[in-house]
Amino acid sequence: MIYAKDINEHSPWQDLTPGGEIYEPGTARAFNTGTWRTNTPVFHEEACKHCMLCVPFCPDSAIPVKDGKRLDFDYMHCKGCGICENVCPFPAITMVSGGAVK
Amino acid sequence: MSSRLSGNEAVAYAMKQINPDVMGAFPITPSTEIPEYFAQYVADGEVNTEYVTVESEHSSMSVCIAAQAAGARAISATSSCGLALMYELLYVAASCRLPITLACVNRALSGPININADHSDSMGARDSGWIQIYAENNQEAYDNFIMAMPIGEPPDIRLPVMSCMDGFITSHAVENIELLETDVVRNFIGEYKPENYLLKKENPLAVGPYDISPYYMEHKVLEAEAMKAAKARILEVGTQFAKISGRSYGLFEEYRMEDAELALVLIGSTAGTAKAAIDKLREIGVKAGLVKIRVFRPFPGEELARALAGTRAVAVMDKSEGFSANGGPLFAETRSALYDLKERPYLINIVYGLGGRDVKTEDIEKVFGRLADIAVTGETGPVYTHMGHRSKEDIA
Repeated sequence: MIYAKDINEHSPWQDLTPGGEIYEPGTARAFNTGTWRTNTPVFHEEACKHCMLCVPFCPDSAIPVKDGKRLDFDYMHCKGCGICENVCPFPAITMVSGGAVK
Repeated sequence: MSSRLSGNEAVAYAMKQINPDVMGAFPITPSTEIPEYFAQYVADGEVNTEYVTVESEHSSMSVCIAAQAAGARAISATSSCGLALMYELLYVAASCRLPITLACVNRALSGPININADHSDSMGARDSGWIQIYAENNQEAYDNFIMAMPIGEPPDIRLPVMSCMDGFITSHAVENIELLETDVVRNFIGEYKPENYLLKKENPLAVGPYDISPYYMEHKVLEAEAMKAAKARILEVGTQFAKISGRSYGLFEEYRMEDAELALVLIGSTAGTAKAAIDKLREIGVKAGLVKIRVFRPFPGEELARALAGTRAVAVMDKSEGFSANGGPLFAETRSALYDLKERPYLINIVYGLGGRDVKTEDIEKVFGRLADIAVTGETGPVYTHMGHRSKEDIA
């Protein structure tokens, strides 16, 4: 069995799976899609009340939550759509131009 | 056991003996009888196949893809525009490496609309990644279908197989045929045991995920390697099949080629006509021979070059127009295969039999007449030509 963790963009064809099939669930976690981002959300922790509105609105599950509190963005998967900024009732999220994480 | 069946009935009977898990069924002339006969087997409880009636061939192939990915053996049958409507899915089946088996009853493509035999349908799908095997007659149509799964299913192959026969000429003509016992067939094809499949709960499987540029080409190389490996597998299965049937099959059949100076290369039912013409010519001392291509994908290039190496002039007969303005698809493959020979025979291309246009033994004799002239004069004349059509000009 070939596992996703053992495959990357440098793997020779002999090490890939037929048809690119994937034998485990949740392998998108290992794949950096944050590079697609052209705008980037910035989290202002001091203004956040942890109301959790942004979390379910995120289409990419890119806002991790731990012990009832949201953490900083998962920039490996955030596409910068800005929905979180839109739904945030507080000035806790602002969008900045460009894909780079400041 | 001896019987008398039409080509369609023979293939449907092979399907019954195989007892596949799923059939994606949609009718189109001249393959309609195959799902029709099979529906009767389903209704009579002779098979326990999930028979899925759909609204188009796009869907019948989609059903096969989904079923095969789930871990089932899936089959379908189609012709002409039906195959054309499957086009997108043919590539999906092959690139997802799902060894589906499809009976293709060859028929001309529209337009103008025509229901009779030529190879334009399957030749249009020749680069889709399917193994393509062509039958000369009902017996071969039956035998090829039974060999299809053992050829396509092994882990190092995993490619779908298109088992082709000529529409009406083969599909509807009733001929004597030798059928195998059902338990022999089942034993021959065995259980379908893919290593991974959608219904295997131990490791959830994703089939056909989006493939970005850094991966796509490697997957195509994998697929191309599988097609190359299929050649040896086809020969292996042919040898195994000979043990249960007494009938042996290679990549192509050589007929009276031992000392042949003039030869034909062609596909399908016309081989029978060509053999009759060759027998007649041999009686008057013409060293005529035939190579009947059975496996078109993978193309047996090196083997064909060896078979034709001793000839002086060869006519490649295409039962489809490629509209390349440079000859039909079989001609392109054959000419390419011969390039590596140090001494090559003269080569011409004859496109014939489109839309069911008949070809007689006399037509074949005329082709050999042309080849005899070429062998003597060393002048091929026009290389890419048509035969059997009406013209204001003299046609060789």
